[in-house]
Amino acid sequence: MLARDHFRQAVCETPFHPRTAALNQLNLWHRWRDYTVADAYFDVGMEYNAIRNSCAVFDLSPMTKHLVTGADSLAFMNRLVTRDVAKIKPGRVGYCVWCDDAGQVIDDGTIFHLRPGVYRLCSQERQLDWLHSSAIGFDVRIVEETDDVAGLAVQGPTSCAVLKELGLTGVETLTPFGLRDYPFAGGTLSVSRTGYTGDLGYELWIDPQRALPLWDALFAAGAHHGIRAIGTLALEMSRIEAGFIQAGVDFLPADRAIRADRTRSPFELDLGRLVDFSKPNFTGRRALLEEQQRGSRFRLVRLDVEGNKPAKDAYVYDPHRRNIGVVTSSMWSPAAKASIALASVKMPWGAPGETLLAEIYYQKELKWNRFMASCRVIEGAFFDPARRRQTPAADR
Amino acid sequence: MTEAQSVIVIGAGHNGLVCANYLARAGRKVLVLEAASQLGGAAATREFAPGFLVSAVAHLLHLLDSRVERELGLAGHGLAYAKTALQTVSLSAQGAPLSLSEGEVRSGELSTDDRSALRAYTARMQKFSRLIARMHQRVPPRLHFQSWHDALPAAALALDIRRLGRRDMQEFLRIATMNIFDVLEERFESAQLKGALALDGVLGTRLGPRSGNSVYAALYRGSGSVNGRPGALALPRGGMGAVTNALGAAARAAGVELRLDAKVAEILVSNGRATGVRLVDGQQLTADAIVSNADPKSTLLRLLGARHLEAEFARRVHHLRATGTAAKLHLALDGLPRFRGLAPEQLGERLIIAPDLDYIEQAFNPAKYGEYSARPVIEITLPTVHDISLAPPGKHVLSAVVQYAPYDLKAGWSGARAPFQTAVMDVLEQHAPGIGAQVQHAELLTPVDIEQQFGITGGHWHHGELALDQFMMLRPVAGAAQYATPVDGLYLCGAGCHPGGGVMGSAGRNAARVILGGH
Repeated sequence: MLARDHFRQAVCETPFHPRTAALNQLNLWHRWRDYTVADAYFDVGMEYNAIRNSCAVFDLSPMTKHLVTGADSLAFMNRLVTRDVAKIKPGRVGYCVWCDDAGQVIDDGTIFHLRPGVYRLCSQERQLDWLHSSAIGFDVRIVEETDDVAGLAVQGPTSCAVLKELGLTGVETLTPFGLRDYPFAGGTLSVSRTGYTGDLGYELWIDPQRALPLWDALFAAGAHHGIRAIGTLALEMSRIEAGFIQAGVDFLPADRAIRADRTRSPFELDLGRLVDFSKPNFTGRRALLEEQQRGSRFRLVRLDVEGNKPAKDAYVYDPHRRNIGVVTSSMWSPAAKASIALASVKMPWGAPGETLLAEIYYQKELKWNRFMASCRVIEGAFFDPARRRQTPAADR
Repeated sequence: MTEAQSVIVIGAGHNGLVCANYLARAGRKVLVLEAASQLGGAAATREFAPGFLVSAVAHLLHLLDSRVERELGLAGHGLAYAKTALQTVSLSAQGAPLSLSEGEVRSGELSTDDRSALRAYTARMQKFSRLIARMHQRVPPRLHFQSWHDALPAAALALDIRRLGRRDMQEFLRIATMNIFDVLEERFESAQLKGALALDGVLGTRLGPRSGNSVYAALYRGSGSVNGRPGALALPRGGMGAVTNALGAAARAAGVELRLDAKVAEILVSNGRATGVRLVDGQQLTADAIVSNADPKSTLLRLLGARHLEAEFARRVHHLRATGTAAKLHLALDGLPRFRGLAPEQLGERLIIAPDLDYIEQAFNPAKYGEYSARPVIEITLPTVHDISLAPPGKHVLSAVVQYAPYDLKAGWSGARAPFQTAVMDVLEQHAPGIGAQVQHAELLTPVDIEQQFGITGGHWHHGELALDQFMMLRPVAGAAQYATPVDGLYLCGAGCHPGGGVMGSAGRNAARVILGGH
C-alpha cells in the first residue's frame, strides 16, 4: 500500500528504480500512472533487437492491478468482462475487455486466476471506481494492489533460457497464458507466459521487497543470453508488430469519452472473439447483441503500407478518396520489413485484402512532402513467430 | 414489441391493481401476487387495535387519477367518500387556529394583504399544478430521442409551459427549482400561514422548507383533484383500503386473479428476459411479462439482482434516494380529543402542527444528522368524525403523519421508538391537553416499520425522493423511466416511477399503456 503521505511525492519510483536508473544512460523518463519509467536506456533500436533476438527486460510495475476475492468473484468477473471467465482455470491467464452499458470498451487487460476464486485484473487504466460500481449486488472484495506487486516482462527468444538459468525448473513446459509459482529468496515468484511483444516471453510478479534481488539474479542469469533492459519505446514497436491495441492510443476508454462516436465496441476493435453471448449477463451485453444485429460502425484494421514512411496519424481514404478513418498506431517494422499501421475505419470498409490509401506527411530537411500510400488490409499480426506459442519453449 | 399474453403483477398496491385492471381489460391474463394478507400495500385499511381501523400509511386521498376512477368505475365497485374538501387547520399552542381551504381563510386571523396574496398564490400554484398534472398522465420522454414519437411528450411539455402565458411561464420557470421558504417569504406576512403552506412542500419528503425541490413537492402535492375540485383533500369511506378494495373488485370483475400471502422471492430471468417469479415457498410461476409494483430498489436490486443488469444502470438504481422521514402514529381514543381553540365541528378537518417556517426547518434539522425531531411536525386526521365504521361506538381514531423520523436513524430505531413516541405525544398534549389520557392503544410506524411491513425500501412513501433529479424522464433512473426496464419483459408500475407517490394510480395506468404498446 502507498504510504499515507504519498501525495507529497509527485512521482513515485518503481521497486526496480535503483537498477533502472543506473542503466538509464539517456536519462529519458516518462510518467506511467504515478510512476516514472524509462523511455529508453541506451538505444531504442538495440533494445528492440533484444526483444526479437535475445532477451529484453521491461519494468511493468506501474501496471494497474486489482485483486478480486469473495464468494461471488467468478460471477462478478463474468458480469464485468465480455468473455466467459469460467473458462479461465486456476493457474491460467486470460486476455479480456470490459465495456460500459452501451457496449463501449472501457479498457482491456488480463485476468490472472491465481487460486480458485481469486482473480487479479491487470489493466492500463485505473479501474477501482468502475469495479466498485460493478460490485453492487455481489459478495466480492476488491483491493487495488498496484503498489504491492512488482512486475518485470522478460521477453524474447532467449527468455526461457534465462529463466531456467535463474533456477525456474520446468518453465519451458509453461503453455502460453499459463501461470506458475516458484519459490524465490524466501518468497514466491509468480511466472506467467504472457506479454505485450507478440514473442516468446514471460512476466514475473514478486513482492516489492524482493524486487532488487530478483533483478540482480535475473541479469546474472542472462549475462550470456544477451539480456538487456528496455524502455517503453522499444516495447511500443513490438506491440504494434504484434497487432496489439493500446488504451488511449488505438481506442478511447469509454469512461473518458464525451462524444458518443469516439468510443469503440469490442467488435469495432477486432475483439469480437472475446464476446461470449452464451454466458450469463455482462455489462454491455444488450447493446452488443443489438450491434451484432444492426452492424458495427467501425472496424479496426491492420495495414501493410506502401513505402518506408510511417503513416503517423494519417487519414485513411477509400479508392474514391473518401475519408473513411484514421491511423492510430504506425511504424517501420524491422521484423516485417514494412511500414505497418493500425487504423480505425468506418464500415463497410476495411475487409481483409482490400486496398485503401493513407495520406502520409513526412519532412525532409524542413520541407514537408505528402504521399498517398497504397495500403493493404491484412489479417493477423504483422510479425508472429512460431516460438511465441511453441511448448516446450526453446530454452537455449 | 412482443405481445405479452400473460402477465404477473408483483404487489397489490394501488398502482399494481390499476395496472392489472387495464391489462386485463385489454385481454391479458393477469395474476397479481401480494405478499400481505390483504390488498392495498401502503394504501390499505388495517385494524391496529381491537375494533379500531385506520388507513395504514396514506390517510388523505387527494391525488387519485380521475381517469382511473372513472374508467375503472370505482364508485360502482364501492368507492365512496366519507368527506371531501377538508379544510386545513393550522393549530396554535397559544393563539387561534387558522383554517384554510381553496385559497380562502375560513377562520382565524389574517391581514387583508395576506388574504389577497393567498388568493393569488393559490390560483397561481393551482395553475402550475395543473401543468404538472398533465405531465402525470403521459409516459415521460426519453433523454435520447430515437423517433419523433419519443419527442412528442417533451414537445407537449414545452408547449404546456409556453401556454401558461409569458408572465406565468417566467414565474413557473423561476420558482420551480426554488425552495418554498423563499417563495413564501416573498409573499406573506403571517408566520402561521407560511408554516401551513410550507408543510405541503415537505410532507412525505426528506426536505425542509429551505431545501431545494420543496416548491416542486408542493406543486406535486397540489396536482390532484377530488370530484373536480383542484387541490381538495378527501377521506374515503372505510379508509384508504376502500380505494384498493374497489380496485380489487374491479380487477376481479375484469378477470384478474388476485393471490394474497404470495410473497415473491425472486424474479426469474432466462437469456436476458424476465420469464417468471419464484415465491418464498419455492413455487415458480411463469408469464410473458412481469410488472412490479414494488419500489425500484426492491425490484431491480433485490428481486431481480444487479447481476442481471448493466453496471452503470445498477449503480443509478443503487444511488436512487429513497430514505423515508415520515412516520405514522395511530391512536385509539376513548373519545374525541379537545384541541386548543378548535371548534368541535373543525375536528374532522386536516389538522396540522406546523406553526411557522422555522419550526418546520428546526424539526427537519436533526434528520440531516440521523436524529429524529424532538418537536416534530404533525398532520392529523380524525377519520372517525366522518366515518363511525372505523371505531367502536363512541370511540375515535387519530391518524397522524409525523416528521421528521429518518429511516437511517444513527442510533437505530429499536431504542428510539419509545422516546420518539413520547416526543410526539408531548407535542400533541400541548395542543390537545388530556389527549394522552384518552389513548387506549397506540401504534407507531417508523420508516423502518413501513419498510418491513410494506416492503418499501427505505420506508419512503414515494418509493424514491420527490425531486427534480428523480423526476419524469429521470424517475426512477434514466433507462427505466418509461416503465420498461433494461430486462426484456420486466416493467415497473409503482410510485418509484413517474409521476411518483400518493394514492394516484397514474403510474399503473401509464405502465399498462407501455406494456400494451399503445402509448
